[in-house]
Amino acid sequence: MTERRTPEPGSWLGIPPFPKAAKSALENAEQRKNLRHATGTIRAKRVARAAEVPDWEELRTAGAQIKDRVARHLEHYLLQAEAAMTAAGITVHWARDADDANRIVTEIAQAKGVDEVVKIKSMVTQEIDLNEHLEANGIAAWETDLAELIVQLGHDLPSHILVPAIHRNRSEVREIFTTEMGRYGTPAPEGISDNPAELTDAARTHLREKFLRAKMAVSGGNFIVAETGTLVVVESEGNGRMCLTLPETMVSIVGIEKIVPTLQDLEVFLKLLPRSSTGERMNPYTSFWTGVTPGDGPQDLHVVLLDNGRTNALADPHGRAALRCIRCSACLNICPVYERVGGHAYGSPYPGPIGAILGPQLRGMDNPNDRALPFASTLCGACNEVCPVRIPFTDILVHLRHKAVEYKTAKHPTGEQALMKGAGWLMADGSHLETAQQASQLAGKVLRGKWLGPLPIPIASRWLQARDVEAPPAQTFRQWWKDNHEGDQQ
Amino acid sequence: MTTEAPGTDARPARSAAPHVALFATCITDTMKPSVPIATVKLLERLGCRVSFPMKQTCCGQIMTNTGYYKEALPAVRNYADTFGEYDYIVGPSGSCVGSVREQHVMLAQDAGDEGLATAAGAVASRTYELTEFIVDVLGVTDVGAYFPHRVTYHPTCHSMRIAKVGDRPLQLLRAVRGIDLVDLPKAEQCCGFGGTFSVKNSEVSVAMASDKARHVRSTDAEFLVAGDHACLMNIGGVLHRQRAGIKTIHLAEILASTEEDQR
Repeated sequence: MTERRTPEPGSWLGIPPFPKAAKSALENAEQRKNLRHATGTIRAKRVARAAEVPDWEELRTAGAQIKDRVARHLEHYLLQAEAAMTAAGITVHWARDADDANRIVTEIAQAKGVDEVVKIKSMVTQEIDLNEHLEANGIAAWETDLAELIVQLGHDLPSHILVPAIHRNRSEVREIFTTEMGRYGTPAPEGISDNPAELTDAARTHLREKFLRAKMAVSGGNFIVAETGTLVVVESEGNGRMCLTLPETMVSIVGIEKIVPTLQDLEVFLKLLPRSSTGERMNPYTSFWTGVTPGDGPQDLHVVLLDNGRTNALADPHGRAALRCIRCSACLNICPVYERVGGHAYGSPYPGPIGAILGPQLRGMDNPNDRALPFASTLCGACNEVCPVRIPFTDILVHLRHKAVEYKTAKHPTGEQALMKGAGWLMADGSHLETAQQASQLAGKVLRGKWLGPLPIPIASRWLQARDVEAPPAQTFRQWWKDNHEGDQQ
Repeated sequence: MTTEAPGTDARPARSAAPHVALFATCITDTMKPSVPIATVKLLERLGCRVSFPMKQTCCGQIMTNTGYYKEALPAVRNYADTFGEYDYIVGPSGSCVGSVREQHVMLAQDAGDEGLATAAGAVASRTYELTEFIVDVLGVTDVGAYFPHRVTYHPTCHSMRIAKVGDRPLQLLRAVRGIDLVDLPKAEQCCGFGGTFSVKNSEVSVAMASDKARHVRSTDAEFLVAGDHACLMNIGGVLHRQRAGIKTIHLAEILASTEEDQR
């Protein structure tokens, strides 16, 4: 077995279903402090930047409508985009799933004779696990986004869509840079401190070597404009710009839902995205490229259009709005569950509310991890309010819970199902409820206003572990009404 | 305005008393009758005629939000049957009212019952959360209440984001005589209840509830008030375990309270 070229990353495979993964994540006090601080800061920035735009709510509606239009006529726009990109000199590939996409990228690299690529930060390559696939084929993939570099050098996994190293603080970053950089290229300077400017400088020097050497770059894509065949990448460090100017070959893997019809439509998203995402008025580095420009930038351009479960989501009228997502992370930053458990507990590169609704749709419900994700929410609805494309998160979460239940109960009846059936009968008529209330009133007479503490009762103990419960009253409201208003109007 | 004698502008100038059907909600009917009792007292004081249709049960939310649509359907059907004939159905819970308004039609449609969907939609449009009914229908913000205590208000996610009651509860609370209303830090963040979330992901739920309890304690309030009893059970459960000495109280109970009660 040959030695690895790149740091061995953490594995999603060992992560248990959400409740268990979340429980252990809660123990990580350092991560909770980092997340509380980071999400708190970015939330405040988003609110301020959204409030500056007088037609913010209309923009959100426009964003949702454009995305819905694309979804309704996806075939038309995809073919239009393919024709426009081909005419501009881009080689267009179609990938049904992760294996297809990984194979296509590997074959391009092999045809070019390269054994390393530089990467622009991309969610879709995380989704298909491209780096590990390339590594297995002897090709080193180097992340050039600062946070992705921290994750890669830290043998770690991303825990946030926009800020994949959000769970790390600067002293941890210093530690990672000091121990790992030298193993994979230019080392960090001797005696480097945890000052962010010094750390960034070390990353810049480390990456510069890789940029100058690379013959091939790999990116995702925030948008493809169907009418012109223009690709758009939105980033904030300039590393994308480097990847787009230095290497001779550029391969962009883009989900089929990333199409927008016209250049003018971008106006809406380029306002919504930075304000929702980083809380900035304008994105720092927005790159547009339309095919090959002789003598300038990559001379061999490829685009891989990826399905990987997206058409399954599209087929579900209640779930398809998840495909509107522009990967801004506002839902993660506002989510009280994400704030406490971080991204790894969601078991995929897409964490938080969007991960809970997108993951199970892209991957299906066969895996217990995916069936647990729709339940990883209190349905508080904070995500609904901040989403720049108005994804109805809580409706989709409930819908996917229903699908998860249908999946589980299709094989054999479950205890939970029996409880819910019982509740269904109880709530079918007031007389049923009143019968059950005989028991609660009896308990109330015995307990006489006592509070209940920790008790070893199955299920109830999960509530009582940290929360007392007031005993039920000796008289329900229903009984009080009978005693006091009997004979009143019904 | 506030110098007038208590209760002078409490009754709406209406010729006919509005007839209200109380939707008590299964949780307060069974576990916290003081909430619907206070609601009756308050609405009657404001000049309403209140009925309690005995057939009523529940919004079905616990089944719906756990993914059991079929099992929620009897509650949806019963709600439409029970309240079909009333013009004003009022419930002291943004969450239960929100579920009626946002989920009942969907559940009926999922079951392919268009007749029920129509009936559920009609009855949902006549269903009000308590503070919506008082502020919007009765046109009252000073209900003539007296509550001389330090109080902090948790807006609850479903009141705020599903029922969308806005600042109506605060309008009503600010007009309460004697009240010392203090802001709750991070008030808009969820307390971690989330229905079956509280047992399916109980550790995360507790982490959220204990943060909420810490914010409540930081206000030095005597009472935590909210418009949803389930959230109060969650936060109050933590506060009680901590022997924090802070009581929870439903919005309806403060609004129903008068000088007489406080003597």
